[in-house]
Amino acid sequence: MSEHVVPARTYFTIFFLLLVLTAITVGVAFNDFGAWNNFVAVAIAVVKATLVIMYFMHVRYSPKLTWVLVAAGFFWTLAMIAYIMTDYLARGWIPVPMVK
Amino acid sequence: MSNHAAASLAHQHQFDDAEQQYEASTLGMWVFIVNEVMFFGAMFCVYAVYRVVHPGVFEHASHHLNITLGLINTTILITSSLTMALAVHGAQLGNRRQLLGCLLLTMILGAAFLGIKGFEYSHKYSEGLVPGLNWTYGGPHATESQLFFSLYFALTGFHALHMIIGLGILGALFAVGAKGMFGRDYHTPVEISGLYWHFVDIVWIFLFPLLYLLGLH
Repeated sequence: MSEHVVPARTYFTIFFLLLVLTAITVGVAFNDFGAWNNFVAVAIAVVKATLVIMYFMHVRYSPKLTWVLVAAGFFWTLAMIAYIMTDYLARGWIPVPMVK
Repeated sequence: MSNHAAASLAHQHQFDDAEQQYEASTLGMWVFIVNEVMFFGAMFCVYAVYRVVHPGVFEHASHHLNITLGLINTTILITSSLTMALAVHGAQLGNRRQLLGCLLLTMILGAAFLGIKGFEYSHKYSEGLVPGLNWTYGGPHATESQLFFSLYFALTGFHALHMIIGLGILGALFAVGAKGMFGRDYHTPVEISGLYWHFVDIVWIFLFPLLYLLGLH
């Protein structure tokens, strides 16, 4: 089988990185970045998720079709949240006569 | 297990070769994971909407959650992902001791996570913070805070359910693995169960900052 075996050392490196990023997540939460607060918190989580996906879930060594699926899931979620937020954020922008 | 039996498990007749079967199996699990992304994604979207529509409320309600316990749980889950990856690694190398030992470690960590979660839930109940059950929130914006706690229980509850199912899957893997079913030539169930477990970890990686780490500055 041509399955790629990731060396155990890589797993421990990624694990260490994840712990560091978790510490950063908590540290960042106690600081005020103004309008960037949410973005920073989610961005760090995305980096952690990417590490788990690429190395623990072997996507980095997986066939392109797997990459397509992973990308599809990610972009679908992004699109859903973005488009639904545009609805709620734009409420009240255009005055509409009340329909009884 | 004889080589012939292992070979037929790895290469069923409808596949060209073992590699194709392995790729098909992992692809199937990924399709399921994308389904789970839609499932949890929808709840995260509800969270996003209500947090934006009620600014400040979520940040205030989040103070009722114990950051230390949340951090411990996050560390437990990330460690369990490491042990799960090492279990798969053991299977890939035909090292049964590593496979079984790491599966066991993963299960113990998962159980510890659920134990802490249960403790948190019982504490919430004793404080009257369970919407629909004994909601007696005395602070400001009680109605909107109820939204936060509904989301907290829905998100972490479904996550915990996935953990429990994951523990069942790992237990089954351990039982079958102890009998020698997995080796160098065939260990696909271990690999795809690992994918499931890592995904559940990823969900928590997003849950932790969004639920526990709000309003700290």
